[in-house]
Amino acid sequence: MSAVAIQGVWKYFGDYPALKDISFDVEAGSCLALLGRNGAGKTTLLRILAGLSRSSKGEITILGKDARAEDTRRAVSVLGHGIGVYEELSAFENLRLFGRLYGLENPSQIAVEWLERTGLGRVRDGLVREFSRGMRQRLAVARAFLHNPSLLILDEPFTALDDRAIKMLQDLLRAALADGRTVIMSTHQLREALELATDVALINRGKLAFRGPRTQEMLEDPTWLYRHYGEA
Amino acid sequence: MSFLSRTLAVASKDLRSEIRSKESINASVAFALVILLLFSFAFDPTSDQVREIAGGLLWLVFAFAGTLILNRSFARELVNDCLDALLASPVSGAQLFLGKTIANFVILMVVELLSMPVFTIFYNVHWTQSIWLLFVVMLLGTWGLTVIGTLFSAMTVNLRLRELMLPMLVYPMMIPALMGAIQLSTVLVAGDPVGADNQIWFRLLVAFDVIFTLLSLAFVETVLVG
Repeated sequence: MSAVAIQGVWKYFGDYPALKDISFDVEAGSCLALLGRNGAGKTTLLRILAGLSRSSKGEITILGKDARAEDTRRAVSVLGHGIGVYEELSAFENLRLFGRLYGLENPSQIAVEWLERTGLGRVRDGLVREFSRGMRQRLAVARAFLHNPSLLILDEPFTALDDRAIKMLQDLLRAALADGRTVIMSTHQLREALELATDVALINRGKLAFRGPRTQEMLEDPTWLYRHYGEA
Repeated sequence: MSFLSRTLAVASKDLRSEIRSKESINASVAFALVILLLFSFAFDPTSDQVREIAGGLLWLVFAFAGTLILNRSFARELVNDCLDALLASPVSGAQLFLGKTIANFVILMVVELLSMPVFTIFYNVHWTQSIWLLFVVMLLGTWGLTVIGTLFSAMTVNLRLRELMLPMLVYPMMIPALMGAIQLSTVLVAGDPVGADNQIWFRLLVAFDVIFTLLSLAFVETVLVG
């Protein structure tokens, strides 16, 4: 069963086509590494999948429904370039807020659990504006996993993470995949991405250049895909 | 989770952030007080002229101070890409809009209530005999300003010149609400009874609030996501 179905998607910014006729499916329980150079269209595609922007043409189905449907957004998590947490709220208040917005039954208790899991239990009442970059990133990861999403959409999730935080995120993603959840992530950190990925898609200047399973040769040489299917 | 509880979660988040940062309220209270002070030098506070312009003066101060609050409403969501996190959550555009409008309304009402004693002292006006009616006018007028202002704050959030664009777009739209609030406030501050001829301004304010609240709720999702 497809968790995500993308059919003939185009996105224009003015006259400029940022995405050109993108079509592929993502199977439920798989991990897709969405690769491409800067400006290839990865973030644009992920924003459309996350329901943050609409495609100019084409159809997208997430978990069998429209990307902006309330049920879809309840089942999807997005971790983008920004951390998506409020500077003037404490770590606990941030997670409790998003717990409430996602309609969790006991948002306070779940917020405390995730603060402990991400090593932020000691600073639960500290304002985010006083946090280090690594602590903010861990809080963002907690926010993304808080509501037990069926589909995780991650845009450059390893950027600005320290080694410990990368390990924590990788462990959480492995656990999510083992639990049958679906992950789509774009990244320039090929080795980290390919270690987790079951599938790979490469976008070149808005066009899908490659879509297939991750192979052993990609894992051994992360640049293999760019050399064979990337831009000259 | 109900429509109302998500709306209130957004409103309380905005109010909590504002109470801690005080970035909007400090600027708008200071602005309102300075304008009231400067105008008090321009007019003789004992003259009848002041009573005639009192309503207009008051609501121009509220409208200008209000845009300082409204400018920050969606702009504060740009820090850390919080707007994306909200839009990706199950909160609908209407819930997000209404939550922000409620927060802006509360903040602007606080600014107005802080400005009123200063207005009374500097302009030698006595509005206490019609305090409840004036309060109703302030509630209706302020809701009109905030509902329009919050929608345009969402529209201009990604513009580089949003601090300039918001007032330019929003003031013409506010004219009906401002007219109603100014007419009624002038009558009430002067201590005159609100006669049958002024009832139409009440109806205008109520109609403005209802129509623009419903229109904003209907279109805000398109404004935010496209």
